[in-house]
Amino acid sequence: MSSILESIDFYFILESLIKIAIVFVIGLLSPVGMNWVERRTLALIQNRLGPNRVGPFGLLQSIADGIKFVFKEDIIPLAANRWLYTLAPIVMVIPAFMVTIVYPFGPEIDLPFIGPTKMYVTNFNVGLLYVLAMTSLGVYGIILAGWGSNSKYSLLGGLRSSAQVISYELSLSLALVGAMLQSGSLDLVKIVENQSGWGGMQWHIFMFQPLGFIIYLISAIAETNRVPFDLPEAETELVGGFHTEYSSSLKFAMLFMAEYVNMLTVAVLATVVFLGGWNGPFVKDFPVLGLLYFFIKISFFMFLYIWLRGTLPRFRYDQLMNFGWKVLLPLALINIVISAVIGLIVY
Amino acid sequence: MKEYLPILIVFIFVAGFAVTNVILAYLIGQHKNTRAKLMPYECGMDPVGTARQRFSVKFYLVAMLFILFDIEAIFLVPWAVVFKDLIYKLSKPFVFIEMMIFIAVLFIGYIYSWRKGLFEWNRA
Amino acid sequence: MEQIAIDIPRLLFLAFAGIAVVAAFNLILQRNPIYSALSLIVTLCVMAALFLLLNAPFIAVIQIVVYAGAIMVLFVFVIMLLNIREEESKIDRQKYLKWLAAPMFLALLAQVFAVIRYVDTTPPSIPSANAPGGNPAESLGTVESIANAMFTTYVLPFEATSVLILMAIVGSMLLAKRDSKQDIERIETALDAEQAEQEQAHLAAEKSNKEVAA
Repeated sequence: MSSILESIDFYFILESLIKIAIVFVIGLLSPVGMNWVERRTLALIQNRLGPNRVGPFGLLQSIADGIKFVFKEDIIPLAANRWLYTLAPIVMVIPAFMVTIVYPFGPEIDLPFIGPTKMYVTNFNVGLLYVLAMTSLGVYGIILAGWGSNSKYSLLGGLRSSAQVISYELSLSLALVGAMLQSGSLDLVKIVENQSGWGGMQWHIFMFQPLGFIIYLISAIAETNRVPFDLPEAETELVGGFHTEYSSSLKFAMLFMAEYVNMLTVAVLATVVFLGGWNGPFVKDFPVLGLLYFFIKISFFMFLYIWLRGTLPRFRYDQLMNFGWKVLLPLALINIVISAVIGLIVY
Repeated sequence: MKEYLPILIVFIFVAGFAVTNVILAYLIGQHKNTRAKLMPYECGMDPVGTARQRFSVKFYLVAMLFILFDIEAIFLVPWAVVFKDLIYKLSKPFVFIEMMIFIAVLFIGYIYSWRKGLFEWNRA
Repeated sequence: MEQIAIDIPRLLFLAFAGIAVVAAFNLILQRNPIYSALSLIVTLCVMAALFLLLNAPFIAVIQIVVYAGAIMVLFVFVIMLLNIREEESKIDRQKYLKWLAAPMFLALLAQVFAVIRYVDTTPPSIPSANAPGGNPAESLGTVESIANAMFTTYVLPFEATSVLILMAIVGSMLLAKRDSKQDIERIETALDAEQAEQEQAHLAAEKSNKEVAA
């Protein structure tokens, strides 16, 4: 037995446990915060007030909603497949939160009392592919919720959603290939460090990936089922899409949470791969600035999501699929060829 | 190897969280079932027919093509990662052309499925 | 008998292998195809963990992206598409297959044991697989080492793969296109029949109305 105990690196496990707990809380709270910002900003765009009663500026509204979720009646429709219906939120939440461990929030920072600490839980050789793998598993939550509910709206929503997600996942990963050519690594931290030139401004979006960035951005919005690609939950035709049958209990809260964490993930990926991650002016001298830059960049994407939702109408389904397969996919392939040609000239 | 250990830890963490949530949802909320409450939602009407209908073969085709192009993307990833290293180790044109042949062959398949009308969603 | 050292990777291997076997058994024992598909997904994910333990992170991730994330989506789609619920009794007619399955399983088991017992398990050294810098044991199985091997030593098989995928694209198009055409014809004839029926009923109703009026 002693050999087992010796082979465990307790310090490492403790460190990862603490970090995972912190990242997990961030993942839990981000939907709350993002939801509040979204509702207030949408209200601003649409010339109305938005939630403003619970707490100052309605800040506690989302928390109140969260508490309400807990006490709501948990309904399992009679027609539904009980197991799949219950399994779907679990299957959706797990991969969404599993990605959070590779978020590179910032460089190594010298914390008071603790010493130099890396601002991420872990990083490994195949980090970028790990993120893609987890996102590709997220589709099962949608399929199971849609099919397990045994309701027409859910089935149609789930079906549309999964077809849309897998179609745009292609252009999403192909758009990332161009940036991989530039960075020469899949390790998210190495990708960020690769962009630290020019005083922290040598981002991949400037280093020949503007087209890749645009393709990635569009596919990412479609991948997360947001306006203008929110066909799966088009309220006017499909009621609520794949989560129609989930009454506002904790199960619905889990689906909701997973969607917001997925939004966060694609924003983090965009920041890390195209916008230089924590890099920016003066990060080399003041590493703490890195955290701030990272936060600002993520916030930009979150604002973009809300802004688009406030401005754009919805696509038709055939337009959506045609756009993905006929425009984005060939564009992403062309982007790879262009990146390779540039690579041949530059390196 | 130990950099992968957090994956296992976070999996246990999140799975525990998710299962606890589901159990909590069952335990805390009240349970007053009525016929209308347990019915599948169909805008307040009694459901017509079954929800287990067959659907368009299009979705199957999309999934099929997704697999094939996903495999292509997977081949592109390692090539992109070692691109910088390989152009110094081997000759530049070789590294470039070997992947261009690969992309070109698959582009034929792409054009073929386009010409066959696979991407026309409004046609059946 | 030599002492087998118990360490964390070995314990993890036993745990994952156990889950994989249980999930695989569940796959064949379930009557509902959707549960079988889910068990297969679990098996594939656990296999990815096993690859990780074997120091092959790239293969592990690919296992999830391609098998669990793409091919199984197709499986689940097909199960939903065809709306297969329980295994139909057709299977029961092929009972003789059971007598074929048992010896084949035994043969497979024997083969696995033979491999474990007699085959030299030291991994073959692939010179090109060692990425520049770092020690070979660390870099083996990473993206770089696999890519270095695939795009230098094994270029020809790699190019041949593209042709294989092309054939798969053409094949799936042919299969699905034929089916969908037949489907449309069948649906159209069914719709026509229904329409005709409705018209008949409508005419009959009008006729009876007239009769009542008269």
